[in-house]
Amino acid sequence: MVGHMYTKQEVLDYLSVIADPEIPVVSIQEMGMLQDVIISDSGYEVILTPTYTGCPAMSIIEADIKALLQEKGISPVKVTMVYSPAWTTDWMNDTAKEKMRQYGIAPPMHSSCGNMFMAEQHVHCPHCDSADTNLISRFGATACKALYKCNTCKEPFEYFKCH
Amino acid sequence: MTKQEALFKYTLRLGDNALILSQRLSEWCSNAPFIEEDLALTNFALDMIGRSQALLKYAGELEGLNRTEDMLAYRRSERQYYNNLLVEQPNGDFAVTMVRQLFISVFEKYYYTEMQKSSDEMLAAIAAKTLKEVKYHLAHAEDWVIRLGDGTGESHYRTQKAIDDLWMFSGELFEMDEVDSKLIAEGIAIDLDKIRPLWKAYIANVFNNGALQIPQDGYMQTGSRQGIHTEYLGHLLSEMQYLQRAYPDAQW
Repeated sequence: MVGHMYTKQEVLDYLSVIADPEIPVVSIQEMGMLQDVIISDSGYEVILTPTYTGCPAMSIIEADIKALLQEKGISPVKVTMVYSPAWTTDWMNDTAKEKMRQYGIAPPMHSSCGNMFMAEQHVHCPHCDSADTNLISRFGATACKALYKCNTCKEPFEYFKCH
Repeated sequence: MTKQEALFKYTLRLGDNALILSQRLSEWCSNAPFIEEDLALTNFALDMIGRSQALLKYAGELEGLNRTEDMLAYRRSERQYYNNLLVEQPNGDFAVTMVRQLFISVFEKYYYTEMQKSSDEMLAAIAAKTLKEVKYHLAHAEDWVIRLGDGTGESHYRTQKAIDDLWMFSGELFEMDEVDSKLIAEGIAIDLDKIRPLWKAYIANVFNNGALQIPQDGYMQTGSRQGIHTEYLGHLLSEMQYLQRAYPDAQW
């Protein structure tokens, strides 16, 4: 039986430390994936929006959420994925984008509502901020990133694609 | 056939298309011409396995027999699969894979754009998510088909041959049966007759840019709506389903 010992805000605050396993400097909250916590007689339901449908990080995030809340004595916990409205990089806040840049990943630049392929032309190097960069491949080590190289500092880097 | 049964079959068909193409594309893993392409093709496969997971999960809920997405993927034989024949065709050379991808991604671009407006909320939500991914697949396939078509004599020859060989599987993308007509009436399914001219115009334009010829419509292969497949699907399933067939209920 659930004793309603935790408020929605408390649960959300706990969850705010859960990081994206692929980009550990950014939390799922800053990414815009954490949508809501619904508290009812049957327990705590955490609502998440997946970034990409096939993203393997989602099952890791789900396991991390369950482990963390269990540690805090919050149970039972159910994690539900919702597809609508579809996740967009526009939900990523500026703090997340700056952390991502410092981590060495160029953050998404333009609104996904615009032409996502236009945005590819103007990616700045996260290391030296040069705008003289080249797209190597639209597909990288994870579904969300593209491969670039900087023509100024010659470093290769990843760009988090508009989505 | 009730609306629920029709929706189950329709969702299953969509899920099967994504699953089988995903399996085919993943065969390129470590075999692509270069590393970036290896990543691209396996990224496509990942998008599609995610989509099929969502669709087959929903199909299982609609069916109401407690079949999970994994059971639907691993415990059906080829005659119980309803994917289009095009997606099960072997990868062939890189030109075959890219032409097949172009045919499918153009179809999916128009199809999922319409599906976003479906009166079925789950299908509309999956469509909105899928469409973002399909745009990347299409841009990639289109770039390659133009580059190969307008490239060397060898790449042009191979790409034109891939087009000519795969053309007879393109008609089936637009086939509709009683499942479709029932759901179109409900505002759930898409009238594929409306997509067909858009698809052909888009393909013709890409071919034009790649100095490639669009084939004459001749005999079109058919059968998947009844679960009748080419010889290739059985072999694909025997590999994909091996673990669950050999060790039923094995867990990761």
